[in-house]
Amino acid sequence: MKYIDEYRDAVAAKKLVEAIRSTTTRPWNIMEVCGGQTHAILRFALDEMLPGRITLIHGPGCPVCVTPIEIIDKAIAIASLPEVIFCSFGDMLRVPGSEKDLLTVKSEGGRVRVVYSPMDAVALAGKNPDREVVFFAIGFETTAPANAMAVVQASKLGLDNFSVLVAHVLVPPAIRAVLSSPENLVQGFLAAGHVCTITGIDQYRPIAEEFGVPIVATGFEPLDILQGVLMCVRQLEEGRADVEIQYTRSVRPEGNPAARKTIEEVFEPVPRKWRGIGEIPMSGLALREKYAKYDAAGRFSVEGITADEPAECIAGEVLQGRRKPHECPAFGTRCTPDRPLGAPMVSSEGACAAYYRYRRKCSGRACPACRRK
Amino acid sequence: MCLGIPGKLTEIYQRNDMPMGKVEFGGILKEVCLAYTPEAQLGQYVVVHVGFAISLIDEAEAEEIFSYIEEIEEPGVRGQRAKRRNIKF
Ligand code: SF4
Repeated sequence: MKYIDEYRDAVAAKKLVEAIRSTTTRPWNIMEVCGGQTHAILRFALDEMLPGRITLIHGPGCPVCVTPIEIIDKAIAIASLPEVIFCSFGDMLRVPGSEKDLLTVKSEGGRVRVVYSPMDAVALAGKNPDREVVFFAIGFETTAPANAMAVVQASKLGLDNFSVLVAHVLVPPAIRAVLSSPENLVQGFLAAGHVCTITGIDQYRPIAEEFGVPIVATGFEPLDILQGVLMCVRQLEEGRADVEIQYTRSVRPEGNPAARKTIEEVFEPVPRKWRGIGEIPMSGLALREKYAKYDAAGRFSVEGITADEPAECIAGEVLQGRRKPHECPAFGTRCTPDRPLGAPMVSSEGACAAYYRYRRKCSGRACPACRRK
Repeated sequence: MCLGIPGKLTEIYQRNDMPMGKVEFGGILKEVCLAYTPEAQLGQYVVVHVGFAISLIDEAEAEEIFSYIEEIEEPGVRGQRAKRRNIKF
């Protein structure tokens, strides 16, 4: 496919790897923030192509993985109500709550529907005026404009039987949290290309400056990621800490103004709990007062639900890049994609699932976990 | 989750006051909301995420990476760009 296949060119990839090799004089730890990038890195074995001194650390950029267990429990409580049609992106159905997951609710007779777009949920609300249609609004800044538009549209069409359970998260506060940790290892970042397509790169400049780390807004294909690494390593070697764009075919410095405007209209930043990490200040989005009546948590009174995460799952460590998935004692034994203990094993973009799929056996020297020992 | 797939815009229309379009991904047509790329023209490529076009692909910028790679090549190899072969997985 155009704009995909040409960015998987093996010869060009080799040249980029060679350039990274000849630029690198010291060990560097670079975090790719987005789970989509993690998936591509494992799938195309990009980490194994890189020189041994470059370590890629997998970041918390998988919204499915960081949605806290208590929001899953809230979703399950709402989806179990007889009057509700609960709509969600497919990834969320198998994320374990305290007792069950949404798929179990569905098999028990709950009306749980997988939708491709939040607008499909709005359409369902129009077609089912006697039911309450609830959409599980998760995601980063990439998804926020779509979810915000669903709320705007429901309001325009006067669909009072539509509401959203919001669990939106934001990338820059998460990067700050990683960098502020006393155990932080990360020296440079590949920022998520589609998040930056929406927001632009201005929010990243103060972070690069304050913490002295290069940040490169990077795409998702192998050549994108390798070029992003090269741009990041060049900055590190030159002692620079700038914000640069690798993914220029989609990211403009100012982002997408129309999308930003709709997010701004519907949502406001709030503190948000991240699964395995804890609360990060101003790292989430919630509905503004003006749209409060579309808030499913208020409408179905599930605000009080709280829950603890399973003690065995070290997702927090994995999501902050402190440990690799196969350093988790449950990895591949008590925790597999068929029976996940934690969210990173559910989503195909979760680091644990990506390792399970592509890197179950240790590959020796190139094994990123062994390399660090 | 933040998956964005490039596709070609083949149809533009309005529905409920909303600019909509059909986008083709390798032979498959999908309906896409164009509210965030109102400037998109037929035949252009857009990046699509959960049913919304989030950006117009800049064709000139899309080629940039290949000139970047040419520039980093050893002088001896320059010019004789080998046949493209996709990474095996
Ligand atoms: S392997 Fe499973 S239990 Fe271990 S961190 Fe990953 S999701 Fe949690």
